[in-house]
Amino acid sequence: MSALYTIWLRDLTRFLRNRSRIVTSLAQPLLYLAIFGTGLSSLLSGTSSLGGVSFTAFVYPGVIGLTIMFTALFTAISVVYDREFGFLKEVLVSPAPRLAVALGKVASGSTIALLQGVLTLPLAWLLGLPLTLGQVAQLTGIMAVLAAVCTALGLLVSTRLRGIEGYNLIINFLMMPLFLLSGALFPLAGLPGWMNVLVRINPMAYATDALRQVVLAGAAQPGFLAASRLHPVSLDVLVLLGFFVVFLVPAVRAFSKQE
Amino acid sequence: MSTVIETKGLGRDYGDLVAVDALNLEIQQGEIFALLGPNGGGKTTTVGLLTTLLRPSRGSARVAGYDVASQPAEVRRHIGVVFQGPSVDEQLTAWENLDFHARIYNMPRPLFRQRAAELLALVELAERQHEPVRNFSGGMRRRLELARGLLHQPQVLFLDEPTVGLDPQTRRAIWDYLAALRQQAGATIFLTTHYLEEAEDCDRTAIIDGGKLVALDTPAALKATLGGDVLHIRVTDVAAASELLRQRAQLEPRQGPDGLVVEVADGPRRIPELVALLDGAGIAVQAVNLRRPSLEDVFIKLTGRGIRAEAAEASETLGRRGRMGRRERGGDR
Ligand SMILES: Nc1ncnc2c1ncn2[C@@H]1O[C@H](COP(=O)(O)OP(=O)(O)O)[C@@H](O)[C@H]1O
Ligand SMILES: [Mg+2]
Repeated sequence: MSALYTIWLRDLTRFLRNRSRIVTSLAQPLLYLAIFGTGLSSLLSGTSSLGGVSFTAFVYPGVIGLTIMFTALFTAISVVYDREFGFLKEVLVSPAPRLAVALGKVASGSTIALLQGVLTLPLAWLLGLPLTLGQVAQLTGIMAVLAAVCTALGLLVSTRLRGIEGYNLIINFLMMPLFLLSGALFPLAGLPGWMNVLVRINPMAYATDALRQVVLAGAAQPGFLAASRLHPVSLDVLVLLGFFVVFLVPAVRAFSKQE
Repeated sequence: MSTVIETKGLGRDYGDLVAVDALNLEIQQGEIFALLGPNGGGKTTTVGLLTTLLRPSRGSARVAGYDVASQPAEVRRHIGVVFQGPSVDEQLTAWENLDFHARIYNMPRPLFRQRAAELLALVELAERQHEPVRNFSGGMRRRLELARGLLHQPQVLFLDEPTVGLDPQTRRAIWDYLAALRQQAGATIFLTTHYLEEAEDCDRTAIIDGGKLVALDTPAALKATLGGDVLHIRVTDVAAASELLRQRAQLEPRQGPDGLVVEVADGPRRIPELVALLDGAGIAVQAVNLRRPSLEDVFIKLTGRGIRAEAAEASETLGRRGRMGRRERGGDR
């Protein structure tokens, strides 16, 4: 337990020390919203298929998800960096149980990603979507689960690969499909079969689905959310927890066995 | 006394390369043990195996009573390691690096604060302790790594080329500290080095070359195998002198960079006799230099070459001090 906390504390210390990184990752979601929201909504003006909310508001939950995924996957790279710069040796010869170390990495990555996610919530007011305290609490819960899923995925990739280039290659390869097939930019109803399969195995789809249902709860037309959703929020979260376990178990196992 | 480190037929391969092979060691509690060898000899691999960072390809090893392959967690609880390569966090300060170490080794906080302050003073980093390590020079980082390895007072301490890049004073201070650690806490110290001066100061020295152990004994016993002293004789006619010494004195002179090199049983007594012999044959003796055999000589005899070509050369022309100083400045950038 104290090992887990120690790993977590170090990563948080490093994160908070890196001011420029915090600032850029704050600017990122704004930029996405501006691009997706303004750019794409001008294309779609006149369509009323979005349940009465603006396209920007429709995209917003996806941007929250994207921010979390980005942060989590690029925080998990710290495992690769630690190996490359030798610090991992210090940890691996210490009495800290490998399980605690791996879980500490997941905890710190998740915390940092969740922090970044929470920082995107004030954008809701900007988009005319005032959130109640209940909504904020629900969103925080969903974001925490998504952050954990993505960090576990990042850890899994990092244990399979040597070197920073390899990690970046895989992560960049994964990130765009995960985002584009998440339903962030378009409703998932009526997709062709093969794409539907890809959506079903994409954790980002369940996260976006859950986040959108909570964010737009008061704003969208009553029938719209029920008709366009994948699952009720609780089921989405359950599926996400399933992904977490599926990524975490082999990641921890590989981490514990590494030389 | 009990055996603290024991290996049986220990070996490790990297693909086709045999990095360490058939290593049999037995190291007692309280020993300061040096593994001496050239670069690529297998020292770091051996440390990796003993500290559970690398899994053995063959054989077994026990450290502090536990098997490195089947009980790695127990082994880790009893050891401290100073790695050859960098392993500190550059983003954190020196103090934060020590703090991380103390937490992960479950040290009581007051003990940590006391020992951290003590060790930072020892390695002369007290004034810079709250600076991020990325501002540190190579030598400063090395000193921090040393302080960190000593922080939790391990029963068995592994040091992989610990003093590379340190100035002589710091090196001396570290050695005194290690000696005290052994004295007070009964710690066992396993270090690797390619500095012969350092191996001389250990209780026992093993020489490893090409992954294989070629000798293991006290430095004195190793040097005794050379049978006496080494004479460097500078003469005008090297070929004639060599022939004469072979014929009349039954010696086996080698050609050194500075004249002839001969091993003799009792150097101080033989000098007048040999000088008289050469003089009598009309060969002028310009200088005679007597040296006790060093581990370097042992190493050359066992492996047929110097531990480091440039070091071997330097030892002929420079004193021990000068040689050390030069290397350290080279390392501390
Ligand atoms: N990770 C590795 N992969 C492949 N070969 C290695 C690796 N580490 C060391 N070696 C090789 O094993 C041999 C022993 O290396 P090492 O134990 O580092 O020697 P030393 O510490 O005595 O300089 C060398 O030939 C080295 O090139
Ligand atoms: Mg080495």
